[in-house]
Amino acid sequence: MLRDVTIGQYLPGNSLLHRLDPRSKINGVLFFMISLFVINNMVGYWLMVISAVGMILLSRIPLKYFLKGIKPLLLIIILTVILQALMTPGEIIWQWKFLHVTKEGLIQALFMGTRLVLLVSITSLLTLTTTPIVLTEGIEKMLNPFKVIGVPAHELAMMMTIALRFIPTLIEETDKIMKAQAARGADFESGNLIKRVNALIPILVPLFLSALKRAEDLATAMEARGYHGGEGRTRLKELHFAGKDYGAFGMAVILLLAAIATRVLF
Amino acid sequence: MIQLENLTHTYSSEQGKNVAVDNISLEIHKGEHLAILGQNGCGKSTLAKHLNALLLPTAGRVIVEGMDTKDESKLWQIRQTVGMVFQNPDNQLVATTVEEDCAFGVENLGLEPKLIRQRVDEALATVGMSEFKEKAPHLLSGGQKQRVAIAGIIAMRPQYIVFDEPTAMLDPHGRSEVIQTMQKLNKEENITIINITHFMEEAVLADRVVVMDKGKIAFMGTPKEVFRQVERLKALHLDVPVVTELAQAIGAETGIDGDILTIEELVVSLCR
Repeated sequence: MLRDVTIGQYLPGNSLLHRLDPRSKINGVLFFMISLFVINNMVGYWLMVISAVGMILLSRIPLKYFLKGIKPLLLIIILTVILQALMTPGEIIWQWKFLHVTKEGLIQALFMGTRLVLLVSITSLLTLTTTPIVLTEGIEKMLNPFKVIGVPAHELAMMMTIALRFIPTLIEETDKIMKAQAARGADFESGNLIKRVNALIPILVPLFLSALKRAEDLATAMEARGYHGGEGRTRLKELHFAGKDYGAFGMAVILLLAAIATRVLF
Repeated sequence: MIQLENLTHTYSSEQGKNVAVDNISLEIHKGEHLAILGQNGCGKSTLAKHLNALLLPTAGRVIVEGMDTKDESKLWQIRQTVGMVFQNPDNQLVATTVEEDCAFGVENLGLEPKLIRQRVDEALATVGMSEFKEKAPHLLSGGQKQRVAIAGIIAMRPQYIVFDEPTAMLDPHGRSEVIQTMQKLNKEENITIINITHFMEEAVLADRVVVMDKGKIAFMGTPKEVFRQVERLKALHLDVPVVTELAQAIGAETGIDGDILTIEELVVSLCR
């Protein structure tokens, strides 16, 4: 059962969004987020909603995957909406004891809710259309300029790659250790919280030991294969910034400008 | 040629000093298939790690194709000349897909992406793993993982490959996959193979066998010369291939000689 865990939530596909360079997508998400916080009126929100729906349609990913992304955050979203509705001062339209809902509050709540839902959807869109490994490469490339101020771009990316490579292996190992402990009578299911946490110790200790051993082996193997950091290293698959990526970049800039325009004009 | 000259390696720890490799001199010739035999803790893995400068000698020298492993400026050239395959197939694969992993070593050489692609495809074809190139390593069997690891090494075009107990963690099927690949590399690609092992069946396939004990070379020779010395091997807690032992046991009655290493040889001499 543990083996079925997937990393990230990539959904294979061949839409335009799937084929975009990861850098364009990350950049697009960043611009979208900034725009989301620039807008402050109805026109602006309509602009963002329409562009988000447009992108989701373009990705050809079923809506249920986005709802799945929103679900874990539903409580926070609802709480934020209620607080906004109750706390904003203004024209009172409903009152009960000390609680009162204002017209301004309702509008603010609607805006806040939309903002959060869009935020979650658009980041889901990024991870749904991009494999973790390509995403890592994109992040590495985007961090490259910051190397001069000491950001270890290559090292971070390498660490993420290795983590992605070893998560399934370690999950398998956890499974094995749990079964071995269960075979010797360990009980992970019953008892109160403290008891259950205690039962995890005999799993974690061997797991950590083996992870450290793996790390040592891997480091030796990497060295033996001539790894000496990112300096002078080339890649099998280079990222290509194609025409569609410039297009995507242009669209992102236009979106941000439009968002600013709604704020100024309306 | 790789030359070991009075190679000594000492591990120091709180418990004191432990001489893992003790004054070994050995020449490894180009194109040969050398097996290094010995029981656990005899220093064979320590010796192996000296061949591509993962460890440096405490005393003595290791010369790889004229390059001293102590010379830091030659380090990456030495590691490209001498590739290494390790015991645990899981712990030597770096990337999340077979082809990306195969490319790892070549990427470190800084070649053009086109050239990397070409070498990766060739290497995967050589070990027969081309059809798995998009797969994630954790979905492969042990033997397949080990073949991917080998592909990653041969893509770097080394002249020597050191196998450090490559089959110790594999099932019989995986073991024969790896052995066949090893033989193929030696015969068809003319790559020098140094196989560190404690399986006699693997040592039999070598051109030359070096038997190690307590950090020293106990004796060496062709597989026939080595396995003839049953008593000596047993004294070192090493086994003799079962067929050899059988041939020796029935030798007096049947008149066959003790130089038998494979079932085929036994059958042929019995039928004579």
